[in-house]
Order: sequence, then structure tokens, then C-alpha cells
Amino acid sequence: MRENLPQWDFVIASYVIGIAAIVALVIWSWQAMRRAEKRRDDVRRK
Amino acid sequence: MHGFANPKRFLALASWLTPLLLVSGLLLTAIALVWGLFYVPPDRLMGETVRILFIHVPAAWLGMGGWTAIAISSLVFLVWKHPLAGLAARAAAVPGLVFTAICLVTGSIWGRPTWGTWWVWDGRLTSMLVLLFLYFGYIALSQAVAREGGSSRIPAIFGLVGAINIPIINRSVVWWNSLHQPPSITMGNSSIDTEFLVPLAVSVIGFSLLFGGVVLARMRALLAEIQTEARLRRKADGGA
Repeated sequence: MRENLPQWDFVIASYVIGIAAIVALVIWSWQAMRRAEKRRDDVRRK
Repeated sequence: MHGFANPKRFLALASWLTPLLLVSGLLLTAIALVWGLFYVPPDRLMGETVRILFIHVPAAWLGMGGWTAIAISSLVFLVWKHPLAGLAARAAAVPGLVFTAICLVTGSIWGRPTWGTWWVWDGRLTSMLVLLFLYFGYIALSQAVAREGGSSRIPAIFGLVGAINIPIINRSVVWWNSLHQPPSITMGNSSIDTEFLVPLAVSVIGFSLLFGGVVLARMRALLAEIQTEARLRRKADGGA
């Protein structure tokens, strides 16, 4: 017997989780890089 | 290759390559996901859930690719003492962990309507979960070594030993009975229809560009932290 599950709900859940994780990863890595390089440049100037 | 062991040369390359990889990766990934979500027809057996393929498969490949990058960089670091190779290994760990987690979560979501269950303890799923734990272990170990000033050889050896799990993941669906389907794409061969294969290829390229961009950004961050600490230490020593 095959369950009649709403397939689009599973598709949307996968896309939302996947996209959110990727966007968060890109933003976090970019901001961490900018922060670390700014701190290095500040220390060099002092 | 040793030319890029020079941090100045690496930074000159990474300063323009990082945004280029990230922007082109985001663009291609967006195109592939919109394509997969709205323009690909439903599959005869899996119905609409086949669209999860365009997130799940690239994430799985990059989860394994991340650890392969860690293992190769660790080997280069241990054998040739390439100073940036150790950084590259550390930089690949977090994106590798995130893509492995995406693979596991989207696979579980896909399993419920397709197999009737969220999870089974079979070879493929279990070895992928082991990979996730290996990433956590590697990140904890490399952070502890960086903080406590231990030998960088320890996480590098861990990275090499952990690579044994990669062929196990790859061959698990062949070696053991599994609900997971056998490999659909092998060297020069594919059982996937072109209608699915082309957007999948675009998605894999987009995800890979993003992975490369994130690894470069992480390398730049780690390098900047090391340079800051070295400068502060020199100042403290000079002032003492």
C-alpha cells in the first residue's frame, strides 16, 4: 500500500533547509574573513 | 605548487578569486534550483520528490569531496610541509560539515515519501552519518590544537585516517543491501535521463564553485588570524 503524502511539502522543506544552510554558510564565512582581515590590518597600522 | 606556499602570492590570487567563485556559485546554484523546482517534469516513480535530487546529490558529493580535500591537503602538509596545505584542510572542514548535514537532512526528508521511513541504519546512511561525526571530531581537534599550540600534524593524521570512510560511503550501496538506490552516475555512464542530468550538472558546478569560494574565504580568515597573532606576539616580545 502506498501512502498518499503531499509530495510538494517534502520538496519545499528540502529546498528551504538546503538554501538557508548554504546562504548562512556563505554569509558567515564572508563576514568572518572580513572581520579577521580588518583586525590584522588594524594591528599592522598600530 | 610551492609558489602558492607564499601567503602574499596566495592572497593576491584569493582576493579576486573568492568573490568570483561565490558570486558565480550563487548564480549557477540559483539557476539550477529554479530549473529543478519549476521546469523539470515529475519522475514516473518518485513523482514530484525527484526535485530533491538537485540539492541532495551535490551536497552528498561535496560532503565526501570536503573530506577528500582534507585528506589530500593533510598529505601535502605532512609530506611536503606546504604551509598553506594545513590551512586548506582546516578551511574545508566547516563547508564539508554543512554539505554533509544538508545531504543527511534532505535525504531523510526524501526517504519519508519514497521509502516510507525517515531513516534506516543501512550502509550508505550510516557511513554518511559517521562522516558527519568525523567532521565534528576534526573541527574540535584542529581548534584545540590551534588554541593550545599543539602539533598541526595531529589533525592532519586524523584527516588522513578518516579518509578510509570515503570509499566505504561510495561502495556501500554495492557491498550491502540498502533501500538507497545503487550509483546512477559512474565513470562515463549515467542511468539518469538528460532532462534531470543537465540541471543536476549545473547544480553540481554551482555547489562546487560555492564550496571553493567558502574554502578560500575560510583560508583567508585563518591566515589573517595567524598573521594577527604573530604580529601581536612580536609586539609583546619587543615591548618586554
